[in-house]
Amino acid sequence: MAGFFHQNLSYFLSGISVGGQYALIAIGYTMVYGILRLINFAHGDVFMCAGLVMVYLSASLPFAVSVPLVLVFTVALGFLIERVAYKPLRSAPRMSVMISAIGVSYLLQNAALYFTGGLAKVYPEIPFLSRSVVIWDASTRVVTLVTPFLTVILVVLLTLLIKHTKIGMAMRAVSRDFETSQLMGIKINRVISITFMIGSFLAAVASLLYFTNYASVTPTSGSMPGLKAFVAAVFGGIGSIPGAVIGAFIIGICENIIKGGATIFGIPGSGWTTFSDAFTFAFLIVILVVKPTGLFGEKAVDKV
Amino acid sequence: MFEIKGLSVNYGGIEAVRDISFSVEEGSIVTLIGANGAGKSTTLRTIAGLVKPRSGKITFMGEDITGKDPAFIVGKGITLVPEGRRIFPDLTVYENLRIGAYLRKDRIDDDIEWVFSLFPRLRERSWQYGGTLSGGEQQMLAVGRALMSRPKLMMMDEPSLGLAPLVVRDIFSIIRTIRDKGVTILLVEQNANMALQTADMAYVMETGSITLSGKGRDLIADDSVRKAYLGK
Repeated sequence: MAGFFHQNLSYFLSGISVGGQYALIAIGYTMVYGILRLINFAHGDVFMCAGLVMVYLSASLPFAVSVPLVLVFTVALGFLIERVAYKPLRSAPRMSVMISAIGVSYLLQNAALYFTGGLAKVYPEIPFLSRSVVIWDASTRVVTLVTPFLTVILVVLLTLLIKHTKIGMAMRAVSRDFETSQLMGIKINRVISITFMIGSFLAAVASLLYFTNYASVTPTSGSMPGLKAFVAAVFGGIGSIPGAVIGAFIIGICENIIKGGATIFGIPGSGWTTFSDAFTFAFLIVILVVKPTGLFGEKAVDKV
Repeated sequence: MFEIKGLSVNYGGIEAVRDISFSVEEGSIVTLIGANGAGKSTTLRTIAGLVKPRSGKITFMGEDITGKDPAFIVGKGITLVPEGRRIFPDLTVYENLRIGAYLRKDRIDDDIEWVFSLFPRLRERSWQYGGTLSGGEQQMLAVGRALMSRPKLMMMDEPSLGLAPLVVRDIFSIIRTIRDKGVTILLVEQNANMALQTADMAYVMETGSITLSGKGRDLIADDSVRKAYLGK
């Protein structure tokens, strides 16, 4: 076991790192689902837009300015999408909102296509994050090491916000019962906006970490990580934040071990590389069949 | 203190409330009784701002509050204890009370103490999740939660629904206690007997209109009320 771990250390490291990035995206899916019962298909594309805006901003601005601007832009984008595409459909059937989300997803992708001309844009090297380090004979970049810690810190902060602040309490109330929340004097539209803004903020952080590793951004760059984060959210039990985080780390690690040198069923690593994406989705099917509510899916505690 | 004039409300494609008018005196208990679907709940939901009226005027302490949103109305001092209690099941009892005071910016510790003294059971269970309480305890919590907004007028929609007779008696005695503390009560009930005994003033609703009104005690003696609602 120790030998296996040591042999595959660099894949473990990148697995934990990618897992952390998926986790930050997955939280956006799971929080929005928790409150609106909506799968926000545009979330992966918001993540892509954050990457693209970083490319354009960093061309003329120093990182100390462009990074905060990217965060602000992404939060504003999340807010705007909710206001324009979801809020007017508040009392419409859920299917309509979902279709609106798919529409926003395509709109963002095509807007990106228009601005980039379809060319892959080279992501800037953020000096601190891109530096190489060697730990225990495995060579990697600072971003790989920073990601899991940053993820854990952000998740802890978010959990504290939800558990111990007034707005967090309002979020939990609204996610259960719109009407009774209104009777308490809670403005549900405000709470929903804040939820989208938090999700978008985390997606922007994820984009900074993710694209530093992947070096380029295309209009469809958001689909695959978005989809995998979504699988992670379903695996963890959609609506549950700890579930999404744990699911994301598991998927990130498994995926990279498969990609890497591990010998599975007697076939050496290189033989499985092409199946790493397939694994994630096969995994999704298995989860949906075996445990549709995921690891920490909503338990009903109602008692009459 | 509170007055409704010519209120009509469409709900679910039908005219659920038709041109009703009534008023509530400060410090009194007023009840709306009537059969299922008579429009009682819709009336309360309209006052609370959850449903927009088609026509009519609602005045509270001299101010027109017709068609305002729920947060505004709670802020003015009108609260609704909804039908079926609607406790937040995954908030603790303590949090359920805190969220009742959502709009308040001042200290709420004394009010929580007051609610705990009204309902000692809630103090014992303050760290439990709302969803784990029994029906009677949930009703107490729903009333306590409503009180946390420091209402001047508390509306209650079917507080006795689904509760054991002994618990219903408790709830009604609590309603009187709350009134004695200066909170005006507007009560909707199908349990007409209990409601009429408790109320100072009562209105009977039938298919969206008010057909009869009078003092609670007088209506208990009224023949048509006895036949239709008291089963005598």
